[in-house]
Amino acid sequence: MSNYEVKAGPEAFLPPAAATMGNVLPDPGEAHIGGKLVPEDDAYDLAARKILAAKVPTIFPGPLVLWKWTDHVAEKAKALRELAVEAPMRLIPMADYRPKYPKIIQEYEINPNHPNLTIWHNKIDVCIFIGVHCHMANLSLKIIRGGTSCYTIAMCAMAGHEDACLSFRDADLNMIQKLTAKIKKLKSEGVESQAEPFTQFVMGPSGPLTP
Amino acid sequence: MNKQVETSDRKIIASKHVKLGQKNQKGQTYTDVNDIFYKAKQTPSFLTGSEVIRAAIKIASVGTSVAYPITPQSEAAALIGELYSEGYLDEYFRGESEFAVMGQCAGAAFGGHRVFTTTAGPGTLRAMENFPMWAGSRLPIQVCVTCRGINSPLSIQPDTLEMHYLLETGMLVWHAETAQDLFDFILKGFIVAEQPDVHVPIATCCDGFFVTHTKDTVELPPDDICLTPYDPYRNPQPVMDMETAPIRMMRDPFVMKSNYISYATHASWQQEIKAAVERSRKHTIPLLDGLIDEHNTDREILVVSSGTAVSQSREAIRLLEQEGIKVGLVKIKTIRPFPYEEVRQATKKAKHIFVPEFNVGGWLAREIKACIPDNERVYAGPHVAGGMTMPSEVIVDEIKKHLGMETAEAVSLG
Repeated sequence: MSNYEVKAGPEAFLPPAAATMGNVLPDPGEAHIGGKLVPEDDAYDLAARKILAAKVPTIFPGPLVLWKWTDHVAEKAKALRELAVEAPMRLIPMADYRPKYPKIIQEYEINPNHPNLTIWHNKIDVCIFIGVHCHMANLSLKIIRGGTSCYTIAMCAMAGHEDACLSFRDADLNMIQKLTAKIKKLKSEGVESQAEPFTQFVMGPSGPLTP
Repeated sequence: MNKQVETSDRKIIASKHVKLGQKNQKGQTYTDVNDIFYKAKQTPSFLTGSEVIRAAIKIASVGTSVAYPITPQSEAAALIGELYSEGYLDEYFRGESEFAVMGQCAGAAFGGHRVFTTTAGPGTLRAMENFPMWAGSRLPIQVCVTCRGINSPLSIQPDTLEMHYLLETGMLVWHAETAQDLFDFILKGFIVAEQPDVHVPIATCCDGFFVTHTKDTVELPPDDICLTPYDPYRNPQPVMDMETAPIRMMRDPFVMKSNYISYATHASWQQEIKAAVERSRKHTIPLLDGLIDEHNTDREILVVSSGTAVSQSREAIRLLEQEGIKVGLVKIKTIRPFPYEEVRQATKKAKHIFVPEFNVGGWLAREIKACIPDNERVYAGPHVAGGMTMPSEVIVDEIKKHLGMETAEAVSLG
């Protein structure tokens, strides 16, 4: 039984993998908050409140939702855009996993090898990982927890992530829509988004287009 | 904070593979592993360990197997060749060396096949560089290690020293006591190793000759059912091509030569492999009915062991019981992940813990000493090596001698 709580950092020069501290992944129908297993439905409320309370809430969509390799993925991407509009949240893609040299363009991209650079530069305080291959998401989540104060949420299509501060598993279209609906409901109850004003950038064929 | 994983359910999450229920080209029906082991009728067969490997691979939906001769796994590798000729595997060939075999296995696994190979002793050592490469690349390849001596002077006989070298490769390492264990571990090993949150290679180890070349009764499911195939869409990594953009990660400079953050990435990567091994507990516990087996662990004297040393210990315990000396037994099934908490709990009442091993190093005793309080309770031994047998009388004698009891005449080891 683990007592290791997965909190926003900065935690350590090299924080441990939560799994090696005894934390286990949720079963179907469950999520985890800080490492504690909870019913999935309980996690939507906290995730929505964290997003609304953040100044720079950001979605990091990975290749699994950026490229239309199934029709379901296209639907998920559309739902993500609706989530980003509703919250509102910035969208900064993790389009692939190559190290970026000579340097990453922090305003427009995030990379699993140095995700902290994008988070520091943009002062991102809450983020959602979605569509990132699990191995790469876990690399990133540990580095983020080690060196930044960002609260991490994982919407994983497979078994979930112990290294996120909050993680869903089996995340499909319906679960993205449930999170959007929860944000909408909280806003209707008077919870206001604290997000700083921003304009979503648009990516063109040869790079980002200035908004 | 987290709930305990229960063994009582004896199930892992059922396969959702699209081919579940369909037939393969040999007419076998793709079947969930839970149904293969807990619903299908099991029939006793009298087989050698090598024949058991063949029986397991026949229903394992393996895509590729690569062979290279080295005693005592050569027979199993040849029997898998027979399966290939009968159409049960897609690819089977002989590699140029053990090192080449493991590299060829990696290629097949990168390509999306379920991959199985076998090796032993010096072959394991010669192939060693590939094992952490497999793990770092998240390739769920299974290698059956039929342990034998590794050092000069040459010995082809049983010895488990090579397992010590596998412990920090990032692979799952399971240790079969019997041919039945070996059959179960091979099939269940694929299922655990291929879980998306695990997805690392597995070494299914057994003691050469003792298991591979002796006949034993093994309960087998029917061979008209088989495991669902490997599902590459549940890979936690994109397919990595070592040479071609946009992936080309293994040779790009982030690992090889870069700034400090690349080293942090590498460290985080290594942690993730260890985490993956840890995650396998959740899937392994229900499938193997726990990472350890316990018998009478409320006793003051315990034997804790793995592999065929467990079988010898069972007989030693029976002999001691005849003299009125009560001894309990802990059988360790998974060396990686190591059952730290289970061993701590099982040994908490013991005053004397004996760890018989078929190697000179005593790596299992060190693992146990590292995880229990008051580890002066652990007696590392008896040890045999290089192909020596471990007569039960030797275990009896060593236990009695250590406890200051009168022993019989020195047991002949000749």
